[in-house]
Amino acid sequence: MDLLNALVAFGNFVFVPAVAYGSQLALGALAVTLIYGILRFSNFAHGDTMALGTMVTIIATWGLQSVGISLGPLPTALFAIPVGIAFTAVLVLGTDRLVYRFYRKQKVAPVIMVIVSIGVMFIYNGLTRLVLGPDDQNFADGERFLISARDFKAMTGLSEGLAIRTTQVLTVVTAILVVAALFWFLNRTRTGKSMRAYSDNEDLALLSGIDPERVVRVTWIIVAALATIAGVLYGLDKTYKPFTYFQLVLPIFAAAIVGGLGSPLGAIAGGFVIAFSEVAITYAWKKVLVYALPEPLEPSGLMQLLSTDYKFAVSFVILVIVLLFRPTGLFKGKSV
Amino acid sequence: MTQTMRTTLLFALVAVLIIGTGIVQSWNSALFILNMGLVSAVMALGVNLQWGLAGLFNVGIMGFVALGGLAVVLTSTPPVTEAWAAGGLRIIGGLVLGALSIALAILTWQKAPRKWRGYAVAAIIIGGFFLFRAVFDPGVAAVEAYDAAISGNLGGLGLPVLLSWPMGGLLAAGAAWFIGKTALGLRSDYLAIATLGIAEIVIAVLKNEDWLARGVKNVIGLPRPVPYEIDLQNDPAFVERAASLGLDATTASTLWVKLQYSLLLTAVLVLILVLAQLSRNSPWGRMMRAIRDNETAARAMGKDVTKRHLQVFILGSAICGIAGAMMTTLDGALTPTTYQPLRFTFLIWVMVIVGGSGNNLGAVLGGFLIWFLWVQVEPMGQALINGITMGMGDGALKDHLQDSVQHMRLLTMGVVLLVVLRFSPRGLLPER
Repeated sequence: MDLLNALVAFGNFVFVPAVAYGSQLALGALAVTLIYGILRFSNFAHGDTMALGTMVTIIATWGLQSVGISLGPLPTALFAIPVGIAFTAVLVLGTDRLVYRFYRKQKVAPVIMVIVSIGVMFIYNGLTRLVLGPDDQNFADGERFLISARDFKAMTGLSEGLAIRTTQVLTVVTAILVVAALFWFLNRTRTGKSMRAYSDNEDLALLSGIDPERVVRVTWIIVAALATIAGVLYGLDKTYKPFTYFQLVLPIFAAAIVGGLGSPLGAIAGGFVIAFSEVAITYAWKKVLVYALPEPLEPSGLMQLLSTDYKFAVSFVILVIVLLFRPTGLFKGKSV
Repeated sequence: MTQTMRTTLLFALVAVLIIGTGIVQSWNSALFILNMGLVSAVMALGVNLQWGLAGLFNVGIMGFVALGGLAVVLTSTPPVTEAWAAGGLRIIGGLVLGALSIALAILTWQKAPRKWRGYAVAAIIIGGFFLFRAVFDPGVAAVEAYDAAISGNLGGLGLPVLLSWPMGGLLAAGAAWFIGKTALGLRSDYLAIATLGIAEIVIAVLKNEDWLARGVKNVIGLPRPVPYEIDLQNDPAFVERAASLGLDATTASTLWVKLQYSLLLTAVLVLILVLAQLSRNSPWGRMMRAIRDNETAARAMGKDVTKRHLQVFILGSAICGIAGAMMTTLDGALTPTTYQPLRFTFLIWVMVIVGGSGNNLGAVLGGFLIWFLWVQVEPMGQALINGITMGMGDGALKDHLQDSVQHMRLLTMGVVLLVVLRFSPRGLLPER
C-alpha cells in the first residue's frame, strides 16, 4: 500500500487531464448556452466555428513563427489568438447578417434554426478543409512541460511522476480568466445586463428599450472569442484536426444540457462533470489501485471500465440520465 | 405550372442527368449513380416520414444506416462454428446478463419504495456491469483469438442475403425504440442531440467490437443476391449475347450486374414509396400531420402524441435501416470507417429539405438530385479549378488549389441547403 504514489498517479492520469479537458468543454458549452439563451436555438455549427477560429490562429502562428516572433516558454499561438478572434467575429457576424437574421425576423421555430445552422456547419467545415485540409496540424511550440515526470520524481523521491504540461496550465489559467471576465461582463456592465434581461424575457427587454440586434451582435462577438479560445486551447493541448472539432459538438452539448441550457454557471459545471466522467470511466485504473490497495486485493486486469473509443458513450449516458431525471439540467435551465 | 407537371419535369431532369452521365462519362458510372440514388431515396423517405409527417428532428441517420449494414453481416455470412464453440455462449450469456440487470434496475425503480430505490438501482447497475464484464470479456477474447486474420468474429446466420434487408429494418427499429423512449416528449433539440449521440455510439461499437463484425478489419466478400461478374464472363451464352449487342464481356457483365441491382433496389423503393403514400393519406397520416401542425390541439382531441411520435420515429428509422442494409449489400463489404456523419446524416437532410419536406415524391427527387450533385461536384470543381489555374505557373498555390477540389462538395451542399431554405423553404416539390 502506498497512498502517496496512488495519489500522484491519480493526479497525473486523471485529475490534471480532466481539469484541462473540462475547461475546454466549459468554454465551448458557455458559448453554446449563450447562443441558446439569446438566439434561442442549438447551434450545430459550433464545433466548426471552433475549428475555423483555430485554423486562422494556426495560420497567424505560422506567420509569426516565420518572422521569428515567439513568446519564449509559452506557445506563440497565444499571440495569434486575437487575430483568430477578430476573423471569427467578422465571420459569424457576417453569417448572422446573411443567414440567421432573416429567420429571426420571421420568428421561425427553433428547429428550423437548427437546420439552418447545419447548412452553416457544412460551409464552415468546407472552408476549413479548403484552406487547411482535413489533416492533423501541429502548431504548439515553447516549453513542453512545466514539471516533467522525471523532475517530479527527482524532487519528491516518489516512484510515480506527475507531469504537468504547459498547455494544461495555460488552459486552466486562460479558462479562469475568460470565465471571470465573462461573468463580470454579464453581471456588472450595462450591455451584459441587457443581454441577461433579453435572455430572461424578450418582450420585457424590448419594452424597456433594449436594442435586440445589438444584443445579438455582442453575443456573436463573445461566442467568436469563446470558440476561438476553446479551439486553440484544445488544439494546443491535444491535436488540431477539423473532424475532431466537429465531434466535440456532442460532449459540448451534453455539458450545456447537463448544466441546464441557458445557464452560464451550469455550462461550466456541466463541462467538468462530462470531462471527469469521460476520463475516469475510460482510464485503466490498475496503476492507481496497485498502489492504493493492500497486496492481496491488487487487481490483475486493467480495471478499465470502458475502452477509450467509447468516450462519446459516456457523455451520452450522462446526458440520457439527466434528461430522464432532471430535464432542465443541474442548474435549472430553460425547459421549453 | 401544376404540381403534377412540375413533378414530371423534375423527374425527367433526373433521368436526363443520369442518362447524360451515361453518354458523356460511362454507363458504369451512370448505373452507379442510379443505384446509390435509389438507396439515398429510400433513406430520404425514412427521414421524410419522421420530419415531413411528424416534425421529428433526427440527426442520427448514420447510426440506423450502419445498423442496417451490420444486419447484412449478421444475417448472410456463414457462422464461424469454431468461434461459437470457443466463446459464443459466454458472449450471449454476458449480453443477456447485462440486459437482465438493466431490466431489473428499471423494475426496481418503478416498484421499490422511494426511500431507497436510488441506492438499490445504483447497486444493481454497478453489480450488473461487473458481472457482465466478468462473463463477457473472456468470451470476446476467445472469439477474437480464433483465426483473427480471416474471421475473429462469430459470423452470421448464413441466411439468404435478401433476408438481411428486413433484418436491417428490425435492428434499426430496436435502436429507435430505445432512443425514442428516452428522448421523445422532451424538447425537439434534445432528440437531436440524443440521436447524434446514439449514431456515434453505433459507429464506435462497429469499430471496436471485433467479435461482432470484425471492427476496422472490415468484412469483405459479403454474399450477393445477383450473379458474379466472373461467372458471367465464363458463361459462353452470356458472352455470345453480349457480343450480339456489340459489347465486350467484361463491360457487359458489370453493366448487367449493376442493372440487376437497380431492378432490386427499384422494387424496394417503389414498395416503400407506395406504402408511405398510402399511410400519408390514411386517417393515421392525417392524424400525424394534425399532431405536427398543432400538438396541443391534437392532444386536446385525445391523441396520445408521445406514443404516435414513438411509432413514426421507429418506422422512419426502420426504413433507414433497410436502406443501410441495401447499401452494404450493394458494396459487398462492411467498412465501419466509411460512416461519416456529414455523408450519412446531414447529406440526407439536405436531400429531404431540397426535395420538399412532407412530400414523399419530393424526398425521392431530393435523394436522386443531391446524390447526383454530390458525385458530380468533384469533376465539375476539378474542371473549374483547372480553368482558373491554367494561366498560373507551377507553385504551392496551384498545388493547394488543385488539392482542395475534393473538399468543394461540403461547401456546395451547405450553399445549396441555405439557398433552398431561404428562397424556397418548402423545397422543390412542396407539400400539398
